[in-house]
Amino acid sequence: MAYGIRLHVWGQHALFTRPELKVERMSYDVMTPSAARGILEAIHWKPAIRWVIDRIHVLEPIRFQSIRRNEVGHKAPAGKIRQAMKRGDLEDLQLLVDEDRQQRASAVLVAPRYVIEAHFDMTGKAGPDDSAGKHLDIFNRRAARGQCFHQPCLGTREFTAHFDLIPPEAPLPARNPKAETAEHGFGAPRDLGFMLWDIDHGKPGRPSLFFRAALRDGVLDVPQPGSAEVKG
Amino acid sequence: MTTLSRRHDFVLIFDVTNGNPNGDPDAGNLPRLDPETNHGLVTDVSLKRKIRNYVELAREGAEGHHIYVQEGAILNEKHRQAYVALRGDEKSKKDAKLNPRDDAEATALRDFMCRNFFDVRTFGAVMSTGINCGQVKGPVQMTFANSVEPVLPVEISITRMAATNEAEQKKKAEGDDSDQRTDNRTMGRKHIVPYGLYVAHGFVSAKFAERTGFSEADLDLLFEALANMFEHDRAAARGEMTSRKLIVFRHANALGNAPAHRLFDLVQIGRNVDGEFRALDDRGLSNLPPARKFTDYSVHIDRERLPEGVEILELL
Repeated sequence: MAYGIRLHVWGQHALFTRPELKVERMSYDVMTPSAARGILEAIHWKPAIRWVIDRIHVLEPIRFQSIRRNEVGHKAPAGKIRQAMKRGDLEDLQLLVDEDRQQRASAVLVAPRYVIEAHFDMTGKAGPDDSAGKHLDIFNRRAARGQCFHQPCLGTREFTAHFDLIPPEAPLPARNPKAETAEHGFGAPRDLGFMLWDIDHGKPGRPSLFFRAALRDGVLDVPQPGSAEVKG
Repeated sequence: MTTLSRRHDFVLIFDVTNGNPNGDPDAGNLPRLDPETNHGLVTDVSLKRKIRNYVELAREGAEGHHIYVQEGAILNEKHRQAYVALRGDEKSKKDAKLNPRDDAEATALRDFMCRNFFDVRTFGAVMSTGINCGQVKGPVQMTFANSVEPVLPVEISITRMAATNEAEQKKKAEGDDSDQRTDNRTMGRKHIVPYGLYVAHGFVSAKFAERTGFSEADLDLLFEALANMFEHDRAAARGEMTSRKLIVFRHANALGNAPAHRLFDLVQIGRNVDGEFRALDDRGLSNLPPARKFTDYSVHIDRERLPEGVEILELL
């Protein structure tokens, strides 16, 4: 873990959708490793590297709110777009929201704050110019300056993630004392059940991988890729 | 068209007077509230809807400025004919797979959508194209807008001097043997916020703009829409809504020169007490009557703490 980084992230709301409750979305209690990876990739990523999440610290109490919104029920069909391209006009290539309404509720997390501990591995796509030090430098420079490829988010894009790099020698930001309860794994570990670890984008069908998550003293330890704890 | 080459973050400050900025379908269309703080909320999708509507109005039919996610039925007979013709067409191809044959075609489809539709180019869209889970991520992202102080929604009962149908009239007559003139009167409810000042944050990623072809001209149109969208969204429920300030932070490069949260912190909103700026958490404000107009607030931009490489544009 020579190339470890620590990133402090927070926002107003977060929605780490449980895959089994995704029509009326229900968030996990804690950020998933795949959401944490997405945040890091929003700051810096190249095919030469792969981010691996080691640990997620929960700094604020876990609280939920429900928000119901008018949403649309359909994606843009590729077939219709292809027809419009062939025809050369755009007629009928709209989506009429009033006729395709779905009102869906989301149970979202309120005022979350985390520290993500992660490192990266080099992948097979690394060229001769790619060294771990270079990518670490780029990430640290960008994160310290607040630069990003796009503004990262906490699960869904309307819930913006603000971020700050924690320098290697600096202490972690203080945890809200209200988050030091049994519900956050203080005293005894709190089992969070099976949680999404990540989606395997390399395999056909993009299978989801899960792990048995537990909060210990407010910290979620994430198993490493390839370990037996990650289950398909 | 020149593609956007610099990152932008923006703060939109808007207010509502005697209206409902965004109803909550879970709460019988009451204005949305944060249940813990009683601050008002307006969802990101509500604001995006208004941007789409404005662009549709302002650039109607203009090439490259069509709106994919449209509001309201616009199907006239001609459209309907095309619809029927298409349906037949679709049926004949029913067995063909919906997904494009390969990545090249998926890219072509995506580019076509981005080129023609302003909202796809700006906010992105989920298309069932199979590539990258079929998503186009747009460069522009907005957050929920929050009111700067708690709001107190008021319920207003209203009457209508007519019944919807005969059955309703009959029901009324049976239950009520008082004044004859109220025969056909029905009652309704309106929920309003007497006054609320809301703040929304937005982000424009120059890197994503490259991918969808979102240009400098599109950015200008976006800001034009943010400044004017409420002027064309008048309705009985809305009351008076106005964009009050649009403060844009323009970074010198594509990745940005400062964290967004630090820039947003430069915009301070306080109460205006006899021309004096008072922070909203000032204890001395508790005796003050509730804010009822924009001049009860004061917006201050702390330009001295502006990081290097960031420029402030006050577009409103």
